[in-house]
Amino acid sequence: MLELLKRIRNTVNKTQVFKSIFRHGYPDNDANRALVMFSNVVLHLHPVRVHRGALKIKFTWCLGGLTFFFFILLAITGVFLMFYYVPDTNRAYQNIQDLGTVIFFGDLFRSLHRWSAHSMVLFVWLHMTRVFLTGSYKPPREFNWVVGVILLSTTLVLSWTGYLLPWDQLALWAVTVGSKMAEASPLIGNAGPFGPELGMNPTNDIAFVLLGGTVVGQSALLRFYVLHCLALPLVTALFIAVHFWRIRKDGFSGPL
Amino acid sequence: MSDKGSASESKAASSQSGGFAALIKRTAKGKIGPEDTVLVWPNLVYLELISMVFATAILLFLCLYSPAPLEELASADTTPNPTKAPWYFLGLQELLVFFDPWLAGVVLPTFIIIGLILIPYIDPNPLGKGYYTFSERKFAVTGFSFGLALWYILIVIGVWFRGLDWSWYWPWDDPHMHQPAGAVKLVDLEVILQSTLGLSERPIVTLGRYAVTVANILTWGMFLGYYAVGFTIPFLLFRKFYNRLGFVRYNLTMFMFLSMMGVPLKIFVRLLANIKYVLVTPWFNI
Ligand code: HEM
Repeated sequence: MLELLKRIRNTVNKTQVFKSIFRHGYPDNDANRALVMFSNVVLHLHPVRVHRGALKIKFTWCLGGLTFFFFILLAITGVFLMFYYVPDTNRAYQNIQDLGTVIFFGDLFRSLHRWSAHSMVLFVWLHMTRVFLTGSYKPPREFNWVVGVILLSTTLVLSWTGYLLPWDQLALWAVTVGSKMAEASPLIGNAGPFGPELGMNPTNDIAFVLLGGTVVGQSALLRFYVLHCLALPLVTALFIAVHFWRIRKDGFSGPL
Repeated sequence: MSDKGSASESKAASSQSGGFAALIKRTAKGKIGPEDTVLVWPNLVYLELISMVFATAILLFLCLYSPAPLEELASADTTPNPTKAPWYFLGLQELLVFFDPWLAGVVLPTFIIIGLILIPYIDPNPLGKGYYTFSERKFAVTGFSFGLALWYILIVIGVWFRGLDWSWYWPWDDPHMHQPAGAVKLVDLEVILQSTLGLSERPIVTLGRYAVTVANILTWGMFLGYYAVGFTIPFLLFRKFYNRLGFVRYNLTMFMFLSMMGVPLKIFVRLLANIKYVLVTPWFNI
């Protein structure tokens, strides 16, 4: 059986199509294992060789990698959900309900999206804890820690903006709690310290900017939708790219 | 199979290295040779693949076990009781019990983010880079863990111990019954000072809306005194600590540290003495 698989693999590897895609043979010898790291856009995030210590699961616990994996899963399931969702207060709730009742695998994709989101938040925290406990933020990695904190913030805001989209009671009131806090911002909120003194009122303060109005309504839904599906994923992806780039440039702190 | 080749190669390398701890020491000293490295394919790539498969399996299980919820259609007319933020923000929402929204929802989270960003720049300790250690960086690890513990404890309280009217519910309490309204009345610190010390309620100066009483000045003194004493004591008693950090790092560290400690402090003051605000002004209360 294994022999057969190997024969098939060897044949496929030699076809023009395979070579045109991968540019070299299957990575079963050291030369090709090095080449695959150079020539594959995904794999080239890695160096060609790592220290044996870096493979110790008990150093990273795979936390950063899994955070990234959840982000990818969220992007995939998120695109699927976007096919069935319209950010309209009259339709959104029905759209989500349909996912659970009439759309094939709708419930599965929605649940996967939600669980991946919860997991990503949790794993960002755990990853940060690991990085702290191994002192991996120390020079020369200070800036990558800062990039990490930015990623932590965008992850939380991403999650929070997504919370509104189902347009159910949970969504509306969770976001209302948040917007009340925005109104209480010092200086830029109408209910915050020195806000009124600076001329803030419910129609010009930071909460108004966030919601596009004075209550959580249609404009807020549209804003959160655009932030959640477009702006924040782009920003997050950009900073993840910088994060990975810097891991390679600064070198991995562990026994690498 | 050449997979096997590299596996035995790395096994041989690990048996000569004297274990993980020794390896870390050598790495820290910059003594890593090619004999200590392995190819990413297959060693790391497979590890990543396996962890992704595991994670997917667990996620799928969770999806079957507990699918995404959907409550009733959003309605501005009926406010759920209690209204809870998503779980990852419930620590902050729990703080609303003890602090006004501008602090709990805006200033404290901002401090957390700024404090996190500052960490690499205010920690000058060169030890403990790239390996787990407590003994080489006791203050850093203790301080960070304290903050984390606070964050998670508040979340656990918010998720599992808060029910109707944001009252405290033990797991065995009936979640559908309102807890009896508390008999305790919260008082401001300055009112307590006024009555216990027999101070006059007459303001000594009035600055616009701000009627400044003697008790009010005392509360300012206590509030600023908390920071003043907090900044001074380590300076006097742990001069080495100060010297290691230098003026700017020391002040940033102490400000962040004292602000963090202020949160549980205010919680204790509230729980022990029913104090609503320790500092009252016309614009903000703390
Ligand atoms: C979207 C969020 C994030 C993703 C996808 C991510 C991903 C990763 C990955 C894959 C690594 C490689 C090592 C490992 O797996 O542990 C890593 C390392 C690192 N991360 Fe993150 N990370 C994120 C957030 C953060 C946060 C919140 C921080 C800190 C505040 C942080 C700081 C670092 C640092 C300093 C390193 C280098 C560690 C070392 O050299 O040992 N990252 N990150």
